[in-house]
Amino acid sequence: MKGNPALAATQEPAWIRRLIIGISVGFVGLFVLVPLLAVFGEALRNGLAAYAHALVDPAALAAIKLTFFTAAISVPLNLVFGVAASWAIARFRFPGRSVLITLIDLPLAVSPVIAGMVFVLLFGKHGLVGPWLAGHGVQVIFALPGIVLATTFVTFPFVARELIPLMEAQGHEEEEAAIVLGASGWQTFVKVTLPKIKWGLMYGVVLCTARAMGEFGAVSVVSGHIRGRTNTLPLHVEILYNEYEYQAAFAVASLLVVLALASLIARRLIARRVETT
Amino acid sequence: MFRRSALPGFGLTMGYTLVYLSLIVLIPLATLVLKTAELSPGELWRLATSHRALASYKITFGASFIAALVNVVFGTLLAWALVRYKFPGRGILDAIVDVPFALPTAVSGLALTAVLAPNGWIGRFLEPLGIKAVFTPLGITLALTFIGLPFVVRTVQPVLEELEHEVEEAAAVLGATRWQTLTRVIVPAVTPALLTGFALAFARGIGEYGSVVFISGNKQFETEITPLLIMTRLEQFDYAGATALALVMLIVSFAMLLAINGLGAWARRRAGHA
Repeated sequence: MKGNPALAATQEPAWIRRLIIGISVGFVGLFVLVPLLAVFGEALRNGLAAYAHALVDPAALAAIKLTFFTAAISVPLNLVFGVAASWAIARFRFPGRSVLITLIDLPLAVSPVIAGMVFVLLFGKHGLVGPWLAGHGVQVIFALPGIVLATTFVTFPFVARELIPLMEAQGHEEEEAAIVLGASGWQTFVKVTLPKIKWGLMYGVVLCTARAMGEFGAVSVVSGHIRGRTNTLPLHVEILYNEYEYQAAFAVASLLVVLALASLIARRLIARRVETT
Repeated sequence: MFRRSALPGFGLTMGYTLVYLSLIVLIPLATLVLKTAELSPGELWRLATSHRALASYKITFGASFIAALVNVVFGTLLAWALVRYKFPGRGILDAIVDVPFALPTAVSGLALTAVLAPNGWIGRFLEPLGIKAVFTPLGITLALTFIGLPFVVRTVQPVLEELEHEVEEAAAVLGATRWQTLTRVIVPAVTPALLTGFALAFARGIGEYGSVVFISGNKQFETEITPLLIMTRLEQFDYAGATALALVMLIVSFAMLLAINGLGAWARRRAGHA
């Protein structure tokens, strides 16, 4: 490359290139990689036995169970919504369409604390419908329904946001052909649309699941932190940390790091499929 | 208005979308607005502008602003390196950029606190310099920088990828120096993306809770962010106080959302004209 005047005019000198690469690697290394490694460092500080002990603790196991259970309800709910919303929005033109898209994005703009708080205002002891529900023996706040609601709120847009642009880009000639040829709406969706959007759908599901399992602020407001009952994994990490059980806190946190990294790898693999199909 | 379409299912999917959106998002958020309506304007103003609230806005908005600025500088450099240069480890670097977005916020907060504590892996080098990161506004800013990084990189990166090399070559052929090409050709082209990235990082920062509470120490008037103050009010069953603060946050968040959408439309128009 050296001495090529055409390149010299559209490229930076080598020392600037090295400087930019150096700053980039340094910034990410120091800011992202070191803290990530520190989680494992702290988790394994007292050896493998202590690490394993923190993970099989009954409260930790209950938190793992609750975390997966919550995601297992929230993610399918938002998946069905995402498919319905993207069909309506990407396949049809109607007044208020862009307002609807903005409203779907709204949960991403709202602070997680406020996302939890609105459910306390609705279903709490002094909430709008809380006392009435309590009279009928239904508890939402400081119980499972509240955790599921708050999680569903914060993960609300993830599937829809992936599918709307994808379905818009793909167009709907094939669907129209299927309908004209006599397929029912459901057949068209299952046999024509679903194969076209399945990787985009999976991508949205991975994003949604990762956030559902890792949500902290919103769930923290509605959970009440009842050990073994309403503690999700991130809340369990906080409790351990506040009780000065640092090694155990980082051990449980490392589990969440593994989940997050797995979601990142899944996203990369799926993104490749979305591009090629 | 309605374009005729051969496709079925509009009524069903639209109906479901609206009902679900209302149940999960709109009605709960409307409750908040309803709750503020119970307060008199004077009362609302008093609660939203108490000394403690004002101090929390200052720290929340100030730290988010600085963090977003830092991210615009380093995030843009990072995006540039990822798009323009080939170097060993580029793929890994590209993947790691998403970590702050993928990591649960509580874990981010815990990890940053551990690293920046006086005996931590990075904190031990800051300590002799007299720099305290944990339990200070600096720590809050660092946590928000961590959280905001992917937003800037992932907004600027695709725009840099779309930039046509020919335009830069043309500028060079016409006698522009590299610096002139950078400031007159490249910077104007990525400005909408830079602003959008800044707005996204800022918007994320002001609502952020999990990654901040561990590192901030939560001292009133000093390191208490607004989301934490809302949390405190809720725990004291001071719903009026919490609601007033939440309304302020909600208005700012909504304004940011509109600004981001506006910037996106501007960027698309720009791209269309180019």
